[in-house]
Amino acid sequence: MYKYDDLDQSFVNERVAEFRDQTRRFLAGQLTEDEFKAVRLRNGLYIQRHAPMLRIAVPYGLLASRQLRKLAEVARHYDKGVGHFTTRQNMQLNWPKLEQVPDILEHLATVQMHAIQTSGNCIRNVTSDHMAGIAKDEVDDPRPYCEIIRQWSTHHPEFTYLPRKFKICITASPEDRAASLTHDIGLHLKHDAQGNVGFEVFVGGGLGRQPIIGQSIRGFLPLPDLLGYLEAILRVYNRQGRRDNIHKARIKVLVKALGVDRFREQVEAEWQASSAHAPQLTQAQVDRVRAHFVPPAYEALQNVDAAAGREPEFQAWYRYNTREHKVPGYRAVFVSLKRHGENPGDITSEQMEAVAALADRFSFGMIRVTHNQNLLLGDVRQDDLFLVWQQLRGLQLATPNIGTLTDMIACPGLDFCALANAGTLNVAKQIQQRFDDLDYLYDLGDIEIKMSGCMNACGHHHVGNIGILGVDKHGEEWYQITLGGSVNGGYTALGEVIGPSVPQHEVAATVERIVTVYRDQRFDGERFIDTIRRVGIKPFKESAYATHSAAA
Amino acid sequence: MRRILRRHDWSRGSGDVPGGEIIPDEWRLFGEEATDADALIVPLAELRKDTAKWLSRPGRLGIRIAPAESVESLADVLPHTALVAVEFPGVGDGRGFSHARLLRQRLEFTGELRAVGEGVKQDKIFLLARCGFDSFELPDSEIAAEALAALRRYDVVYQPGEPIEGIRRQRFFA
Repeated sequence: MYKYDDLDQSFVNERVAEFRDQTRRFLAGQLTEDEFKAVRLRNGLYIQRHAPMLRIAVPYGLLASRQLRKLAEVARHYDKGVGHFTTRQNMQLNWPKLEQVPDILEHLATVQMHAIQTSGNCIRNVTSDHMAGIAKDEVDDPRPYCEIIRQWSTHHPEFTYLPRKFKICITASPEDRAASLTHDIGLHLKHDAQGNVGFEVFVGGGLGRQPIIGQSIRGFLPLPDLLGYLEAILRVYNRQGRRDNIHKARIKVLVKALGVDRFREQVEAEWQASSAHAPQLTQAQVDRVRAHFVPPAYEALQNVDAAAGREPEFQAWYRYNTREHKVPGYRAVFVSLKRHGENPGDITSEQMEAVAALADRFSFGMIRVTHNQNLLLGDVRQDDLFLVWQQLRGLQLATPNIGTLTDMIACPGLDFCALANAGTLNVAKQIQQRFDDLDYLYDLGDIEIKMSGCMNACGHHHVGNIGILGVDKHGEEWYQITLGGSVNGGYTALGEVIGPSVPQHEVAATVERIVTVYRDQRFDGERFIDTIRRVGIKPFKESAYATHSAAA
Repeated sequence: MRRILRRHDWSRGSGDVPGGEIIPDEWRLFGEEATDADALIVPLAELRKDTAKWLSRPGRLGIRIAPAESVESLADVLPHTALVAVEFPGVGDGRGFSHARLLRQRLEFTGELRAVGEGVKQDKIFLLARCGFDSFELPDSEIAAEALAALRRYDVVYQPGEPIEGIRRQRFFA
């Protein structure tokens, strides 16, 4: 993992001091609400429905155990002892006090953490694959380049007041586990024929009101030019992106307006013209950062069948909550934050501390945050798995549902968020209750439900196999359902709306009618998304409303 | 009286406070009372109504450019321009940052580059200076001492940019 040097630490300390001063100016009436908003958002602080919300950066989802302990301590002392992991691999605290936020940031700075650019119209936290560095299908470890982009994008002199938020994602596996094509820039790490590192560059992806899948504008960008090319994209966007309408301000709207070919031409022209002044990555700089990501001290082990002869509960957990590791004798272990009855992504301070202890004992002291709002212990010895399972089960973090229908993504919704039109957490609970039977869940197999409380789409509903979008209908909470979205397995697609929205108490029942159609239509072993791709959404459409329409 | 924060390393470079000083504005704005000898800032649209007239004026010429206007369109007049004033109309409009970079790096403008407008807050001054601005028209709400201190807010930076007194480390270079 990357460790700060004097430059990184000084910067974060100076940012804390600046934010303390900005908070003081606001409280003293020197900054208007609007002026403070611009500076607090760029440091992760929202003013929400009940209280401020602080979004803490977890760069590309990587946490050391001491950092997770610090999050536990901060959540306990300054919040209600609970944190919430987001789809962008960050942590949100929902109840901090405005005047205490500078103190929180000072605590975080002691473990090389911050909330810089986790919100606001600037370059956000760069995200990546939670299996980075341990996946068998990976070209190369993307994390050093994530870190380089994190540094370059921090307090960028030219690109900190963009038309709208800007998200960059790097992935290095054909099975894109980080939803890279739904980002403003998606970078796919590649090697050229000589083995040099470079990137295929996709732009203009995004969800929100106008969901669009990113398009390739360059097949291979050599690593030394990475930052210069990103600057060219950002400059074209900063100058031409719309600022008259917040809903049309993302880069995807500009790419669409110009057409991807004209956009590419402009970027290439800008890149050529600015080459003398653009940052160039030197081999020494790359090597310095790469040295922070050398593999941990794996032991020479053989693969073993860890599940053999164990009880069915362990076998189910092993099958659903662990993943293959590129090093023999190891597996990656999901810590499920999707226990039925709990808010997806929530974790208590006690659980954080316990997971930190497990990481220290079994996984080189490292924890990863996944895009699906779970945690991952990346490097667990296979002969430790049973012990780890027992411990996680005791912590209620072993619900064996990863990849199943109840491993759903949900934004905080109306309960916390000032933007939301409808609740998500109660709907999640409804679905968890209805699908509480594990055998039933396993029979359904891989199904991704993604739910957002408004069209800003923080819950990525467009790309859920089943997407659920909360809408306000004359002051009541209703839900629009989409089918066929996907971001996994190298297949990215937007879901299609199946028909009119349904009232809150009908959501889980509608989902059940949808999966019943799947059970009737599927071939042996065919996944939900593949059945939809084969038969289309028509049969689902017809059945989804059967009972509901009759009742109405 | 307009207050201008001017960085020292731009011109003569002396003063009591490190980094810059607050001076009264020596420029007149278009529409204000001015003699032919006064330094005058003219909006780009006004300049283009009769470019030759403005260029032949004896006083120094400044041009004011709005976020939506193209800096490239200044190329023919920049050699005769002593100051470019770039507008930051509100809290969020950051087009002027790119204007500055292009003026300095591509159009090689070496005169005074001034940030003007309600958006010129102390919270932006460090970044503005890194993009090549050397003077800042302070809105009434800004406290002069705080704005001056903002020039020294950071002593480390990641990206290439205009050198600022007090920066001791930088990570990436052109």
